[in-house]
Amino acid sequence: MEIDSKIMEVKKMSTENGVIYRISGPVVTATGIAPRMYEVVRVGNEGLMGEVIELHGEQSVIQVYEETSGIEPGEPVIRTGQTLSVQLGPGLLTQIYDGIQRPLPKLEETMGVFITRGVDADGLDLTKEWEFVPTVKVGDELSAGHVIGTVQETETIEHRVMVPPGKEGVVKTIESGSFNITQTVCKLEDGSEIAMMQEWPVRHPRPFVQKYAPDVPLMTGQRILDFLFPLAKGGTAGIPGPFGSGKTVTQQQLAKWSDAQIVVYIGCGERGNEMTEVLDEFPHLIDPNTNKPLMNRTVMIANTSNMPVAAREASVYTGVTIAEYFRDMGYNVALMADSTSRWAEAMREISSRLEEMPGEEGYPAYLSSRLAEFYERAGRVETLSGEDGSVSVIGAVSPPGGDISEPVSQGTLRIVKVFWGLDAGLARQRHFPAINWLSSYSLYPQALDQWYRDNIASDFPEVRTEISTLLQIESELQEIVQLVGSDALPIDQQLTLEVARMIREFFLQQNAFHDVDTYSDLKLQYDMAKAILNFQEEGKKAIAGGAQLEDVVNVPARTDLMRGRFEEGYDGRIEGLVAEMSKQIAASMEEN
Amino acid sequence: MSGKEYRTITDVKGPLVFLNKTEPVSYNEIVQLRLSDGSIKNGQVLDTSDDQVIVQVFEGTASVDRQTGVKFLGDVFKLPVSKGLIGRILDGAGRPRDGGPEIVADDMADIIGAAINPYSRQSPESFIQTGISAIDACTSLVRGQKLPIFSASGLPHNDIALQIARQAKLVGSDDDFVVVFCAMGITAEEYNFFVHDLERTGALENAALFVNLADDPAVERLITPRLALTAAEYLAFEHDYHVLVIYTDMTNYCESLRQIGAAREEVPGRRGYPGYMYTDLAMLYERAGLVKGKKGSITQFPILTMPGDDITHPIPDLSGYITEGQIVISRELHQKGIYPPINVLPSLSRLMNAGIGPGKTREDHKSVSDQLYAAYAQGKELRGLVAIVGEDALNERDLQLLKFADIFEDRFLRQSRDEDRSIDEGTLDLAWNLLSNIDTKYLVRLDQKWIDKYHPGEKKGEEE
Ligand SMILES: Nc1ncnc2c1ncn2[C@@H]1O[C@H](COP(=O)(O)OP(=O)(O)O)[C@@H](O)[C@H]1O
Ligand SMILES: [Mg+2]
Repeated sequence: MEIDSKIMEVKKMSTENGVIYRISGPVVTATGIAPRMYEVVRVGNEGLMGEVIELHGEQSVIQVYEETSGIEPGEPVIRTGQTLSVQLGPGLLTQIYDGIQRPLPKLEETMGVFITRGVDADGLDLTKEWEFVPTVKVGDELSAGHVIGTVQETETIEHRVMVPPGKEGVVKTIESGSFNITQTVCKLEDGSEIAMMQEWPVRHPRPFVQKYAPDVPLMTGQRILDFLFPLAKGGTAGIPGPFGSGKTVTQQQLAKWSDAQIVVYIGCGERGNEMTEVLDEFPHLIDPNTNKPLMNRTVMIANTSNMPVAAREASVYTGVTIAEYFRDMGYNVALMADSTSRWAEAMREISSRLEEMPGEEGYPAYLSSRLAEFYERAGRVETLSGEDGSVSVIGAVSPPGGDISEPVSQGTLRIVKVFWGLDAGLARQRHFPAINWLSSYSLYPQALDQWYRDNIASDFPEVRTEISTLLQIESELQEIVQLVGSDALPIDQQLTLEVARMIREFFLQQNAFHDVDTYSDLKLQYDMAKAILNFQEEGKKAIAGGAQLEDVVNVPARTDLMRGRFEEGYDGRIEGLVAEMSKQIAASMEEN
Repeated sequence: MSGKEYRTITDVKGPLVFLNKTEPVSYNEIVQLRLSDGSIKNGQVLDTSDDQVIVQVFEGTASVDRQTGVKFLGDVFKLPVSKGLIGRILDGAGRPRDGGPEIVADDMADIIGAAINPYSRQSPESFIQTGISAIDACTSLVRGQKLPIFSASGLPHNDIALQIARQAKLVGSDDDFVVVFCAMGITAEEYNFFVHDLERTGALENAALFVNLADDPAVERLITPRLALTAAEYLAFEHDYHVLVIYTDMTNYCESLRQIGAAREEVPGRRGYPGYMYTDLAMLYERAGLVKGKKGSITQFPILTMPGDDITHPIPDLSGYITEGQIVISRELHQKGIYPPINVLPSLSRLMNAGIGPGKTREDHKSVSDQLYAAYAQGKELRGLVAIVGEDALNERDLQLLKFADIFEDRFLRQSRDEDRSIDEGTLDLAWNLLSNIDTKYLVRLDQKWIDKYHPGEKKGEEE
């Protein structure tokens, strides 16, 4: 609230003009102006957008969000009085932005396929009219965050227009009908006006009443994630992994299949084609929860590796601010940032241009506090209007050489509650998702177990423990096998190895590119886990009854059970397949 | 402004020249230095302020002194572009090297290159058949992809790159590729090898070459790939060509980058390379792809040699984080006498899924590829175990997988330098043939319906 009044105050100040003193890559130094920290300025004859990041005697140091080639000392620098903010209101969903919320389709219209510079674009279409349906009436007393009306923004998402933070009062007039987002739809007794659009400075978290402990899982349809290492709604997760291990595919799987109501996907310093892929795919993918195209709930930020680094630095804040805004409406939002390492590198690049004292591996000393501040913006909260809303944050981390002892991985792991560790060795064997089941962890199961018991199965936590214990035992047995070969193990341990193999090949492996296998709901996951335990149970019995391990393992019905997961309607058939497997295993005992 | 010549050099450090008391000079502006013997060097502004300008000199600063005249040319580096680039050989700074005339420019293109709007890209999805089984089956290449070759000194990466350049084609299309070749610090011998091969196959007339050799200025290498990519973009997006850019050796490029960083006394990132190397490389590699509304495409084949055969070295590491996969050349396979010695396990094509399957290659391609990987990976791992416990300790499944690893290397990977295998009969059928050495029940990555249709021993209707 305090923040908003400050913005207003800064806005009122007159602009002053300065000049460029120095240009070094994305960092420009100006003299002759006295801006505030983080104020937006216009740099050079082309008026490139920049942000003040350091004040140094007479000099103001500015990071510029566009290419600086060809700019020279002496060109003007103009204050805007504003801090770096995003426009929030109807029109965010289905949009794709660069790191400073310029809509990429708009940029294409004005510049063609290559991004040149010097073009401004509003984050939202200010002229488009939306059907505003009021939810308050004259005389109602409103406080910040209160929903005053709704707009059907996309087929599936109702946009809730809120009183911006910092405002409160009694409704004097309230409109209904078609308006653009800058028109006043509500007047308060004190004369202040509310439109459908509000602005918010990206580097400040949006306010809420209080944080709750997360106790509902964010379901992703990815078996290894949901079943073994779950994330809670409002939780935080880090996915470190070397190149090619599956960070992006995992992030995209979460963007597609997680049961969040809103998804904010930030492509931060990564490939252009990966964003194109999302743009091509999402409009055609059907959300299993709403049966409508996934694009309806998605906002994308794409500041690819070859786009200006300063805007890359900002992209993460732009994304999380948009996420918080939807949270404030009472939605569960999931935010993916791919990759936070590129964000950290942008900080490093700028910091080194500022000639700051470097910390570890050249990163600025404030790296870990920036990481912490970012992940702190996740959480399940009571919103200002008393609703329950959440932002879950999932950050990919790209450690150099895949070695997570480096500062970004370490800084991330200190904060996040879920660690999905990707493993180059698994990726090389095409075991996907290449998440290492021994080193990964989630700190949420305890908080979520009651939910699983109530909603999926009363023994859900026990089944999970059995599965992870089997994997643990397998890794111990593997050490012995490495020395003596598997044939030297007692038969019951050989069976354990087969059960563990089944867990890996049938349950943990999940092909993101297979139409059916790409998504398993939690109930099916549970059934599949039970099927494995059933195989173990029946196998033990049969072997005790004299059956050969080979015969138990190779009953045709087990192959059917395993291959069946690639076919439509598997959830309906699995029970029958398990029964058939049990029957055949029992029969294998009689053969002997 | 461009007329003035300054003699205000204060410091010279490595490839950098510092001067002061200039009129305003713009960032990235190009610079000409005239030495006392009248010779000319070229450079570019790296940092500019009222008090001081820092210039990186492409040809190095040997013989530069305080009397050297410095002229700012009032513009950023531009390449004269026209269709006339095709068939020409230029040096690392874009000047004719083939004795031919200057390029008659249709346009002057800024070599830094603007980023393609991610919204304006088009997903690459047309399968390119290289005729090399390891690549076509396991790391399929698509048009518009950037797929580097991770190699090391003494390995046949050049042969592989040339074989790809010779054989690459879109199945069912007669669109030809134009090759843009960019040499950065390679030896004259390597260069001649490339040129002769391109000449032999007639590809040279359809190629544009940008050449900076080992004895050419090191800092110039920072410009050379930008020239090559600028030419590629012009040909692809102004003239609808499908361009194949081969550049070698990225490792030399990165060394030059490190040299500049050190001279500027920048805080280094990992192993002395600049912290911005990722971004810098991205500004090259991302200049690949297809864009909406344009017919042409840019496919990139950067070649890099991994220092110390180490894939975690910053050069391959940062490259792998940007490119759309990598083809990894293995010394071990090379020593076994296998050509092409491609280690498919750490190799990857990220765009493969978009380029293969029914209507593109074949319906069973994905399944077969997954199975080849899984079986070969397990077989290879078992080699380690066998070395300790011997084959006796292996069960039937493991024995079969172990044997498969050998067969795979010997019959699938191995092919001759001019063997151009078709994707279906040449490569996928061969794969089925080899996989049939393993019991079907162990082939868990294969869909039953493909087994019924393609497995030589299980084809439905062909039994008995
Ligand atoms: N769940 C998955 N299912 C199938 N393939 C996968 C999966 N995860 C990763 N892959 C494969 O691995 C490749 C690299 O994954 P990607 O997410 O791009 O890696 P990273 O972002 O870590 O570099 C993909 O192109 C795909 O072939
Ligand atoms: Mg990725």
